[in-house]
Amino acid sequence: MNTDAEATAINQEIDLHQVDSIIEPYIGRKEMIIPVLQKLQEHFGYLPRQTMEQVSYRMHIPLSRIYGVATFYAQFKMRPRGRNIIRVCKGTACHIQGSPKIAERIEENLAIQNGETTTDLRFTLEEVACIGACALAPVIMINDNPHGRLTADKIKDILASYK
Amino acid sequence: MYEKHLMICGATGCISSGSRSVEQALVKELENHGIRDRYRLVMGGCPGFCEVGPILVIYPDEVFYCHLTPKDMVELVEKHLVGGEIVERLLYKGPDVAVPVRFYDSIPFYAKQKFNVLHNSGIIDPESIDEYIMRGGYRAFTRALTIDSLTICEEVKESGLRGRGGAGFSTGQKWEFTNKAPGPKKYVVCNADEGDPGAFMDRSILEGDPHAILEGMLICGRAIGSNEGYIYCRAEYPLAIKRLKIAISQALEYGLLGENILGYGFNFKINIKEGAGAFVCGEETALLASIEGKRGIPRPRPPFPAQSGLFGKPTTINNVETLANIPLIVREGGAAEFAQIGTAGSKGTKVFALAGKIRNTGLCEVPMGITFREIIYDVGGGIKGGREFKAVQAGGPSGGCIPTELLDLPIDYDSLNKAGAIMGSGGLVVMDESTCMVDLARYFLSFTQKESCGKCTPCREGTMRMLEILNRITGGFGNPEDLDTLDSLAHSIKDSSLCGLGQTCPNPVLSTIRYFRHEYEEHIEEKYCRAGVCKALFSYKIDQERCTGCRACVKACPVDAITGEKKEPHEIDQGRCTHCGSCIEKCRQDCILITRVGREADVSN
Ligand SMILES: Cc1cc2nc3c(=O)[nH]c(=O)nc-3n(C[C@H](O)[C@H](O)[C@H](O)COP(=O)(O)O)c2cc1C
Ligand code: FES
Repeated sequence: MNTDAEATAINQEIDLHQVDSIIEPYIGRKEMIIPVLQKLQEHFGYLPRQTMEQVSYRMHIPLSRIYGVATFYAQFKMRPRGRNIIRVCKGTACHIQGSPKIAERIEENLAIQNGETTTDLRFTLEEVACIGACALAPVIMINDNPHGRLTADKIKDILASYK
Repeated sequence: MYEKHLMICGATGCISSGSRSVEQALVKELENHGIRDRYRLVMGGCPGFCEVGPILVIYPDEVFYCHLTPKDMVELVEKHLVGGEIVERLLYKGPDVAVPVRFYDSIPFYAKQKFNVLHNSGIIDPESIDEYIMRGGYRAFTRALTIDSLTICEEVKESGLRGRGGAGFSTGQKWEFTNKAPGPKKYVVCNADEGDPGAFMDRSILEGDPHAILEGMLICGRAIGSNEGYIYCRAEYPLAIKRLKIAISQALEYGLLGENILGYGFNFKINIKEGAGAFVCGEETALLASIEGKRGIPRPRPPFPAQSGLFGKPTTINNVETLANIPLIVREGGAAEFAQIGTAGSKGTKVFALAGKIRNTGLCEVPMGITFREIIYDVGGGIKGGREFKAVQAGGPSGGCIPTELLDLPIDYDSLNKAGAIMGSGGLVVMDESTCMVDLARYFLSFTQKESCGKCTPCREGTMRMLEILNRITGGFGNPEDLDTLDSLAHSIKDSSLCGLGQTCPNPVLSTIRYFRHEYEEHIEEKYCRAGVCKALFSYKIDQERCTGCRACVKACPVDAITGEKKEPHEIDQGRCTHCGSCIEKCRQDCILITRVGREADVSN
């Protein structure tokens, strides 16, 4: 599971000045909470608890509301993620062309499930609905690189090419 | 001046086929010849034919090259660009043409298409406002500045345009409602959340012709009396967002956005909001909540957004493709021209994303009223690998499937509704005999169940119950009464859910039961999945007569369940087999059969 990764997260020093400078332009504009969280996640890779507390404090929004918004949207992650993000497409075109088998093979190879991160923080596995390359189903994306027309036996080599 | 324009498709499909490395090789080759500056090279929008990517089209010659690799660039530059001779080897060849085809429009995939919305896509540089203007862009908007706002609504009504985002409501009427709603502040919202998993039309339009969306929004702003618009775009579409941002800054620079536009005293501003990954945010009231920085949870209508929308102000919300049609309609004589295409109740063209077990996957734009058969066989080139067509799913998780008997159904809003499907956004996923319809229904329901926002009970609890039943059936524990339970649950959820998500999510289940009841019954009564998808309900068996003993499957099996000597028929150890299907992928003789658990091969399959 994620124990190592989580331990790292808790010990990670969050630079609150950095957080403040991200929040600054949006102070007084409560409707901008989603863009603020998006910017914070872009910076930290996920949403550390302290950043949400800081948003609450600076933007005068109850923490419960921020947490409510953050957990509603699939994009926001509450845990640190790996260096390489694998997105397995679970869209319709990919499903009927065998994405479940692809996902299974990745899970076997990395010994993690959907949503988890390897203990060495090398990979995070996420499922997404349609990458928009349905014509090349089944598709996975690793970071910004789409890999299309996959078969389960190609997985090992593809994973090996990401360090 | 450039001698030629070289358009390489830079959309997601072609990028995963390798178009970036093709582009790099092309640049290098041009530089080697010292002729880089004679050509304008554009990583542009999508010409639609993803199946044969990466694609390069050379203008003005209009030669269409496909299936390119970086290595091909040596020959292409030397022969075509330097020598002026077409490289036949790289032209489109397919079972549907006798000789390699040189031009776009003589490829069968394009023959029945009609380009309205996509008329710029793949032709212009999407990052150049000049090219958009050169192709007639912003002319409709300048005309809109000179005519009365209600006249614009009237023209859009006359054109017969109906919303392309799902429900198919008359766009002109929607605009008129917002126009007549009282209050000085109104909003235009573009719904670019494209949530249907298996559809990518809106993304292609945004990436290929972003100015058309801005122009559509400007005209809408003029028609309803609004000076501010929002584009709500999925965060999963970074390229679309980038191109929209470029387009907005160009339009500002040209004075087509901003204050006192072209001196007519009309102001307009466009903001982009990135979605954060929630299917329900495609629903209009949830989308508005999300723009306001809240959880994307729908609310009951009325009041409709036209009366009380974004921040409580009258709002028109339209889909990307709807807005892309607007500039064509509002130009001089455009409405009448538009109304000539299509059927009595559904005017104009529709863009479809063709995916699944079809030969020509990609995007196509066809006149309304075309039949499924024409799309699947003429445009789509039929089923992959010579297999048998089973059904096509129209409208994604809110839609339904169209079986063989209905292939001649004309595609328009009303016939689709009657058949239990919907137009939806325009995703068409084609299925063959290797797709299990029960599993498909289970798949869609697991999607909507996960995406249900949880606000209303029928949708939150009902989808869970339906999913449990479907999991039971596909797991081999179905009961004969399950079908009736599914049917009654489905109707209760449809009747009592708060928003479109719940009201439509039982459709895939109802339509598969309606057209493929026998498959459900086979799963329940005979514990057999003929498609070989539901793992507990079939076993693999090697046809001892056909097997040539090539050992391909032996090597492919990840759990060493297949044994056999070279040139001897192989055997599968049923105790070990995990039904992963790796062997079928590798077998060249088609000799791995799907059989009932513990029985002899079912020869009919
Ligand atoms: C669950 C759900 C998801 C939807 N997703 C989308 C979507 O992704 N894109 C879209 O344009 N409309 C979507 N709609 C339809 C919108 O609510 C709305 O009808 C549409 O944006 C109106 O635009 P139109 O009149 O131009 O079609 C969705 C509706 C529901 C109920
Ligand atoms: S369904 Fe996988 S890319 Fe669209």
